[in-house]
Amino acid sequence: MEFWTAFYAISFYLAILIFIGGLAYKIYQYAKTPAPLVIPTMPAPRTSSGVVIRVLSEVILFRSLFRSNLWIWLFGIMFHVALLLVLLRHLRYFTEPVWGLIVLVQPFGKYGGLIMILALFGLLARRMFVERIRYISNPSDYLMLVLLLVIGISGASMTFVTHTDIVQLKAFMLSVIYFDFFNWQSIPSDKMLLVHLAAVILLMIIFPFSKLLHAPGVFFSPTRNQVDNSREKRHVAPWALELEKTGN
Amino acid sequence: MAKAKFETPALRPYPVIPILKPDAMKGDGPFLAKPAMQESLGYPGELVDNWKEVAIAKMGDLLKKYRSLRVYLDSCVKCGACTDKCHYLIGTQDPKNMPVARQDLLRQVYRRYFTLAGKLFPKLVGAKDLTKEVLDDWYNYYHQCSQCRRCSVFCPYGIDTAEISMAAREILDSVGKGQKYCNEIIEKVYKIGNNLGLPEPALKNTLEGLEEDIKDDTDIDVRLPLDEEGAEVLLVTPSADFFAEPHIDGLIGYAKVFHQAGISWTLSSYASEAANFGMFIGSYENMRRVSLRIREAAIKLKVKRIIFGECGHAWRVAYSFLNTLAGPFDFLDQRYPIPQHICEFTNDLIKKGKIKLDKSANDHRRVTFHDSCNVARGAGMGNIPGGQFIIPREVIKACCNHFYDMPADTIHDKTYCCAGGGGLLTDDLMEVRVKGALPRMEALKHVVDNNGVTHMAAICAICKTQFSKVLPYYGFEMDQIISVHQLVSEAIILTPNES
Repeated sequence: MEFWTAFYAISFYLAILIFIGGLAYKIYQYAKTPAPLVIPTMPAPRTSSGVVIRVLSEVILFRSLFRSNLWIWLFGIMFHVALLLVLLRHLRYFTEPVWGLIVLVQPFGKYGGLIMILALFGLLARRMFVERIRYISNPSDYLMLVLLLVIGISGASMTFVTHTDIVQLKAFMLSVIYFDFFNWQSIPSDKMLLVHLAAVILLMIIFPFSKLLHAPGVFFSPTRNQVDNSREKRHVAPWALELEKTGN
Repeated sequence: MAKAKFETPALRPYPVIPILKPDAMKGDGPFLAKPAMQESLGYPGELVDNWKEVAIAKMGDLLKKYRSLRVYLDSCVKCGACTDKCHYLIGTQDPKNMPVARQDLLRQVYRRYFTLAGKLFPKLVGAKDLTKEVLDDWYNYYHQCSQCRRCSVFCPYGIDTAEISMAAREILDSVGKGQKYCNEIIEKVYKIGNNLGLPEPALKNTLEGLEEDIKDDTDIDVRLPLDEEGAEVLLVTPSADFFAEPHIDGLIGYAKVFHQAGISWTLSSYASEAANFGMFIGSYENMRRVSLRIREAAIKLKVKRIIFGECGHAWRVAYSFLNTLAGPFDFLDQRYPIPQHICEFTNDLIKKGKIKLDKSANDHRRVTFHDSCNVARGAGMGNIPGGQFIIPREVIKACCNHFYDMPADTIHDKTYCCAGGGGLLTDDLMEVRVKGALPRMEALKHVVDNNGVTHMAAICAICKTQFSKVLPYYGFEMDQIISVHQLVSEAIILTPNES
């Protein structure tokens, strides 16, 4: 198992680097690019606190999607809430002692996994069977759902069908987290676990290069995060200021 | 021009999501701008030889300038929420008129040249080389978007196809493939002062004629001043208001309101146009240049306030961009909104009792209101969120006894565009204009059948022109579209000037 232990440990480091580095770069890029004109989709809040509420209503409740299409909203919110619970539950494999909140979330996280799979099948079915959505789908759009399904199903099967050596896995994860280079605890060898972890690593790597950028994107969307104050306040981008200076 | 050959879509008893008809609207797009027009706007006269390199460089430039473009090209997850929201998709059934598919025309090229995934695995992520075919698709389908932003209301990330289509048109202009209608109009604004190309003497003549008409009608001297220095208010209104029905009845309405309120006002022959087609072609520079005329006119005429007449996208530019593009307006009276909408102005006077209205004057009409897309989703009124829905309706209700709204999913921020906005109000795009009007026509039919509505009022010159033209295609009369200030004009109780 020594090879696989080293392989997964090193892959985790690389994936984390790419994930955090890539995401940080995209966030920097979004933040740095000017928004030269005020374009909130009206009616828009007239205060900053109003904008916070608007963005949170999009991030937490998917408000616009709710107004748009109840089926996509339902599957979308099922997936994301379940994913959040599952992720929180997984913190128990990275923390010692396990935090109180994470203990509390455990049963919800367990069944959350099933909800997540159900929602992903719902989204996949829409993508395959609704003519309009099929038309706009690229291979990567299907593969993203398949990848998430692989993660979900392999994970759930270890929760509900055949358990892995979870104590050993946690020992491995903690040794990775505490940088015990080439002294890592062995990774359990069952295939389901290795598939699960490989898929998660792949997901982290493609995150900053894919449509998963909608996660930071939603916070940077000018139509949602701008205050309706353009009659009171000027918003001249640095490059637009140059036009004023040259008087063109 | 010969009537284009196409079938007007049938009004559906129950709106359902249409079945796709690929390439239903494939074509060459609208007429191309002539070299002279292109050049007067600062673009190459015709398609440059190295258009591919120029287009990609321009896209890179815009990605650095506009956060909206960058974030929106990255963020779409292809969820499909927008796919049935565009009036052009509903009317034409061409899948490339689904907002996401329209964005993808640009996004496929963005992915190919600006993202790692698209450079390495183009087929996997739907990335495409920029070919002549793609360029032609851009020209065709980005001129089937009226930049109405209905899709952005429904997108979970607020992706605004208008931003994408503006960027695409800017790229097209920069390679020398501009649209005749928009660019010709901008050129006319620079050369003559307004979209219609009405020179100062013609304008003066028209206004004097209108003064006589009002005098004949009401026996009261109502003035329509032009270039009067020292007036309190500069009125900037779309030039259609000087020219055609039903616009001109709205202009008469503004004049009567100013008269009755006793507020001095003037039009400017230099800035005799509210419209700003610089926005339609996505050109910050041209939009700014057109906007600056208004600032210059206000300074020259020494006015204290600027008020905009009924014009949809002009109000978006005025409300959302004017202060940024042509501000600061520190030389104007800060007690009033800068700029102010004529509906805000009139409503305020009604509320304060400064003008009196006789609703019964409009008793022969049963009225509904069409929320113009750029006012509804691109601007505000009255400094309260949603004021742009409330204030025009308050004005209408103050002027007539019978008002009925169209169905809830076709008004306010869910309003359907008239299908003539965004630089599409030209005869060479008649098919897309007629077909795109389908959802609004269905909503109108609903209130006509259920509430006996006879007239649809609007506060946008493009909407009024567009509806005058397309209403007959759907079995309505062309004069069923009216100006909101036409209702005011007929209800207002005029008294002679005291002075």
